[in-house]
Amino acid sequence: MPVSRGKTSCFTLWSGIPRVIGVELTYLSGQMALSDLLTLTPAGLYCPVADVHIDPVRPVPRALITHGHSDHARAGHAQVLATRETLAIMGLRYGAQFCQSQQALAYGERVGLNGIDVSFHPAGHVLGSAQIRLQGPSGCVVVSGDYKRAYDPTCAPFELVRCDAFVTEATFGLPVFRHPDAVGEVAKLLRSCALFPERAHLVGAYSLGKAQRVMKLLRLAGWDRPIWIHGALEKITQFYQSEGIDLGDIRKVSAADRATLAGEMIICPPGQLADLWSRKFPDPVTAFASGWMRVRARARQRGIELPLVISDHVDWDDLCATITETGASEIWVTHGAEEAIVHWCQSRGLDARPLNILGYGDEEADTSSEGEA
Amino acid sequence: MNRFAHLLDALAYEPSRNNKLRLLADYFRNTPDPERGFALAAMTGALSFKHAKPALIRALIAERTDPVLFAMSYDYVGDLSETVALLWPAPQTERRNVAPPSLADVVHALDQTGKAQLPQLLASWLDDLDETGRWALLKLITGGLRIGVSARLAKTAVAALGDFAPNEIEELWHGLVPPYLDLFAWVEGHQERPKANDPLPFRTPMLAHALDEADFDKLDPADFCAEWKWDGIRVQAVAGTDEDGRRVARLYSRNGEDISKSFPDLMEMLCEPHFGDVSLDGELLVVIEGAVQSFGTLQQRLNRKNVTQKLAAQYPAHIRAYDLLAENGEDLRELPFVDRRARLESFVERLGQSRLDLSPQIAFGDWPALAQARRDPASAGATAAAEAIEGVMLKRRDCAYVPGRPKGLWFKWKRDPFNVDAVLMYAQRGHGRRSSFYSDFTFGVWKGTELVPVGKAYFGFTDAELKELDRYIRNHTRNRFGPVRELDFSAEQGLVLEIAFEGLQRSTRHKSGLAMRFPRIARIRWDKPAAQADQIEVLETWLDAGLRQRASSATYGQKTL
Repeated sequence: MPVSRGKTSCFTLWSGIPRVIGVELTYLSGQMALSDLLTLTPAGLYCPVADVHIDPVRPVPRALITHGHSDHARAGHAQVLATRETLAIMGLRYGAQFCQSQQALAYGERVGLNGIDVSFHPAGHVLGSAQIRLQGPSGCVVVSGDYKRAYDPTCAPFELVRCDAFVTEATFGLPVFRHPDAVGEVAKLLRSCALFPERAHLVGAYSLGKAQRVMKLLRLAGWDRPIWIHGALEKITQFYQSEGIDLGDIRKVSAADRATLAGEMIICPPGQLADLWSRKFPDPVTAFASGWMRVRARARQRGIELPLVISDHVDWDDLCATITETGASEIWVTHGAEEAIVHWCQSRGLDARPLNILGYGDEEADTSSEGEA
Repeated sequence: MNRFAHLLDALAYEPSRNNKLRLLADYFRNTPDPERGFALAAMTGALSFKHAKPALIRALIAERTDPVLFAMSYDYVGDLSETVALLWPAPQTERRNVAPPSLADVVHALDQTGKAQLPQLLASWLDDLDETGRWALLKLITGGLRIGVSARLAKTAVAALGDFAPNEIEELWHGLVPPYLDLFAWVEGHQERPKANDPLPFRTPMLAHALDEADFDKLDPADFCAEWKWDGIRVQAVAGTDEDGRRVARLYSRNGEDISKSFPDLMEMLCEPHFGDVSLDGELLVVIEGAVQSFGTLQQRLNRKNVTQKLAAQYPAHIRAYDLLAENGEDLRELPFVDRRARLESFVERLGQSRLDLSPQIAFGDWPALAQARRDPASAGATAAAEAIEGVMLKRRDCAYVPGRPKGLWFKWKRDPFNVDAVLMYAQRGHGRRSSFYSDFTFGVWKGTELVPVGKAYFGFTDAELKELDRYIRNHTRNRFGPVRELDFSAEQGLVLEIAFEGLQRSTRHKSGLAMRFPRIARIRWDKPAAQADQIEVLETWLDAGLRQRASSATYGQKTL
């Protein structure tokens, strides 16, 4: 029996004065309750006291959104609270009407929702990505969303937030996933370009975050020729540039350009690598920037010639380190290779469980099993 | 080790031969001795390490990781070397500030380290290397790099350093030892050609072009000799005497790979004193009581490290001689074919060995007569061997033995292939340039009302046809499994492919119980309904009857001159 709460469509509720509630908390000992702050519903993670979902996978009245990837940020919620950048990205992807009302919250700023103190903290995943901290009378939960701790010049670096319960992803939750320095991977791309100057270099990269990170890393590595992009990357890339991230000369590839781009760097969504679109380039080298490229069979399966292990997720070492550093005694794993990390936590005396949230990890439709990794 | 590791890493992903050559040449040009020489040795299979076994590697990783996490990881990655390379924990003790070992260090140390010290040594290297380095090291020591680089390709890249023909390297190769300092010094122009002091050099074989039947108008039958084309493996048998006066011999594959170990029965013959110092070009066959066996039978003898006496007795190896390249220190390759043939005939006769005989010549007056012999070898005197004949060879009477594949001198005229109409069942994306095309096709034939896969074909179509096939596949997909598409096939719907192939064998690996040799797409039958594709009985009948009676089969299209 859910907490009865008047349907408040009033937008100002987000900044409502904290209300002390005691009675509701008792309900939370129900089966799906993870703690008295957070439960799991078919729509996703839910904080009953504050009456908000976090990254819900179906439309809900009130949603907190960690970041703009489509498996986390969906259209159709009534009210959305997110960082300004995430809201802008959702607007670009779904149109301005993606929800009825929206409110931005800056990193570190706090808002009270029925006695729950909500704040957003950089997750280091993509521009605008946040971990969401819920502080209630009985403790503190951090929902990390997707996050990484590796160097990324296109977004705010991950901030460690101590908590009692930590909700983590585990996209790369196997100890074989250790991401090398992305700078070194970009150097690999440049070496290939030097060795094969008559071939186009086609880099598959997810359109939000990864693509822009690769562009920025190319610039920092001294690549000063134009970087060509597939049309699907245009809007988000322009948004990054408008946010003050200098990506240099970015040009959209037109159909006629393709045959002329020998020796050039072209960035496209991963699905395009195997598409008819890629055929017109001069003897293309197909590269793919993804954490999955760590495993050879995955790269070969996709016909990738130049795997670049560049990930927007924590690798195994950072995942374990982060779990330890948060000081949390309870670990909930939303998606990915839950089994291994749950085993690791349990072997260290931490209370860990998999949540198996369906619907996370499929940012790009054509790579349904791989997510925006 | 790191540079070598990066090279292997790049090669493993690179599908194009030319680009592999460039990667190799770039490495050889920019890597100092002796490192590059050991790399060449690793890629040509000239290195082996007897103590390093997968069990040792498993033991090392078991000491360092949680067994549950290891099992999950191995299950995911699927390759032991790669799993261990990725899982290997960063050293916990103070970061040893040592440079990772060079490939030369590794080769020397492995050579000098006993079994007991090996685990510790290996562990310290794994601590010092990065993931790619660890992967390369583990691949190297457990043997079998499997990076799609043949010994021939590696040698070709070395030849390219100095604008030499790969054959020049081949001819020296077996007298050279790692790290090949004299070889590199020579190709880079710093030093004279290394002296060929190997008594058993490999001589690059002469190869034939496929005959286009239109060629007959331009060719005069009187200029040519004809022989059967035998369905075995082309070999070069070299026998000689070393510096100490001992008899030595080697059996080379067509690519210059030393396959002596697999054929102790032949080596025994070659080492007999009266065999003399000769270099023979011939076909390796299995011959039982005078009858040449099929290629399938010969395969029992191929790629074996240890050959038991039983196996050698059951499948006796035999050389059918085509040519004599050298005899008692005299290089015969400049002589006209007929003169070499005469020398060969007298050599074989003098020897009187049952394991070595002459490839008989086919008497023919004109091209139609040869065509008749090709169509029906038994009628032209090849009674006991008809099954192992895959066509005829034409050799110009007056031509020298020219390494490589010179134009206009030797022709192969293969028998017509078998043909079967099959239905396209699955398609997979190709690699490299073909990575955006569905270009690997699995096809099947009817078994009652069900289609059973019988083979896979990757070629036989033009670029334009590939585009059409690709479009068809994208529009007729029923299911997708990763990179594989399952097509809509049924009696009512489906694309019929006419498949040409060279032979059939029973196989327990395939669901249909048979395997095709060298299948390719002969024609795309856009016009033919799937229901009219062949039944598996057609293939079964060929298998049961012995393949060579196929000429009477209804689906066999006979070509005439």
